[in-house]
Amino acid sequence: MQYLLALYADESGFTRMTPEQQQQGMAAYMAYTQALQTAGVFRGSNRLQSASSATTLRTTSGKTQVLDGPFIDSKEQLGGYYLIDVPNLDAALSWAGKCPGVGHGVVEVRAVWPMPNTTSQPATEEAVAAAR
Amino acid sequence: MEPCSGALVRETAEAVARHSYGKLVAFLAARSGNVAAAEDALSEAFAAALEDWPVKGCPANPEAWLLTVARRKLIDTARRRKNEAPADDFEIETESLAEPFDEGEVPDRRLGLMFACAHPSIDSAIRAPLILQAVLGLDAARIASAFLMSPAAMSQRLVRAKTKIRQARIPLRIPEREELPDRLETVLDAIYAAFSEGWLDAVGTDPARRDLAEEAIYLGRLVTELLPGEPEALGLLALMLYAEARRRARRSPEGEYIALAEQDISLWDQERIREAETALRRAGAMGLIGRYQLEAAIQSAHISRRRDGRPNWPAVVKLYDALLELTGSPVAAINRAIAVAEIEGPGAALAILNSVSGDARVIEYQPYWAARADLLARTGTIPEARDAYEIAIGLERDPSLRNYLERRRARLDPG
Repeated sequence: MQYLLALYADESGFTRMTPEQQQQGMAAYMAYTQALQTAGVFRGSNRLQSASSATTLRTTSGKTQVLDGPFIDSKEQLGGYYLIDVPNLDAALSWAGKCPGVGHGVVEVRAVWPMPNTTSQPATEEAVAAAR
Repeated sequence: MEPCSGALVRETAEAVARHSYGKLVAFLAARSGNVAAAEDALSEAFAAALEDWPVKGCPANPEAWLLTVARRKLIDTARRRKNEAPADDFEIETESLAEPFDEGEVPDRRLGLMFACAHPSIDSAIRAPLILQAVLGLDAARIASAFLMSPAAMSQRLVRAKTKIRQARIPLRIPEREELPDRLETVLDAIYAAFSEGWLDAVGTDPARRDLAEEAIYLGRLVTELLPGEPEALGLLALMLYAEARRRARRSPEGEYIALAEQDISLWDQERIREAETALRRAGAMGLIGRYQLEAAIQSAHISRRRDGRPNWPAVVKLYDALLELTGSPVAAINRAIAVAEIEGPGAALAILNSVSGDARVIEYQPYWAARADLLARTGTIPEARDAYEIAIGLERDPSLRNYLERRRARLDPG
């Protein structure tokens, strides 16, 4: 089962950091990514540009409007994500707990909606994991 | 197989339902995590049994019979949905259903099911109802009445929780060693919440509530059998048994509330007290103290007047000290103050109560105001005592306890 770890944080926190602190923060994420890859559960990840660069589209009475800014205007903004593939929620929570994002923000864990006829991973691998 | 009478069929089906319901649901849902589908298939299997057994006779192993039928129903449903559901979901469901089991014994995975129901990602208020439904097969209407909720709302929340177990793939398993203590706590808390709801109906006139206390004790026993090395599970069982042992003494025949200190000891259930003491001793021997063991030990010190004529107040205070240190709960502080009053007098106890009066949680807590009223009365501060009783009465939902508090307040009035 694939899970999206959505990382929310206060963006101003990063800009307030000293270059050394920023370096350390980046290194922590690199190490985390490395750990996910080594465990074979990493499926994808990206860091996003700041929320001020966001543009939001929505349709109001049949007309599509293009608006400046993120969908939700709050202190903590979506800043990046990891996509991982693990047997169950406990495994996903265990990985999420190790994410550096938990230290300076919020990590939301969401199971990916499985689409018909797209086998995300062989059933046998899953069976082995579930039997442990 | 002999054809059997309708009464015998119902009796057999009911016996299996009581003893094996949770085992069958847990086994059927173990791999797919689809608790709702397992419940549906099982209830269809029970319906089939009531039709089939009177004609063909009761099977030698009714549990295995029900499981076989329920699995077939699950596979049928999965096949029908094959084209709409993801391919790997279908594979997991059918594959897990092909898993063999020993004819005599269905593997007991109820504990795994309980851990899923009491998972930290499940809304804490719905964990106890969910366990009662999935493990014991209680219907939503009965659970709703015990938890003072509308059946429709309860049913909706139970469905939502089961959907979450399936969609988020919350595993039906016993957690790994390192996370077990925290996770076991949520299971025990859910069982205790079910017990507390049952305990509120002291007179025992509401069967849904009274049974709930019994069901919670059953679940508590089940956890101690499946995880015999966990002292807190034994502590919780002891705590529930101590409380349940006093059920008959808690109300007069007229339904009036009787405080613990005034209860007729001969009405206490000695068998349950003995069982509680054995459980608590076993827990103590494991050398890892916890909240439930402490609360059970407090109960044990309270009922020591069975032997010594009075509660062991110094022990009660010491145990509350430990509980307070462990939980920081204002409730523990209030109860500790009541015990302190018995040793050092009401003035010392009032000072302790004043120290927690700033906590927002105690403002709506009836026992805080009742304790305060009693202590104020004992120090002769009558007008303030009367006000405190007033608030306590306003916060209480049990009529017989409300009457008791009103009688206490009336005694303050001169003449």
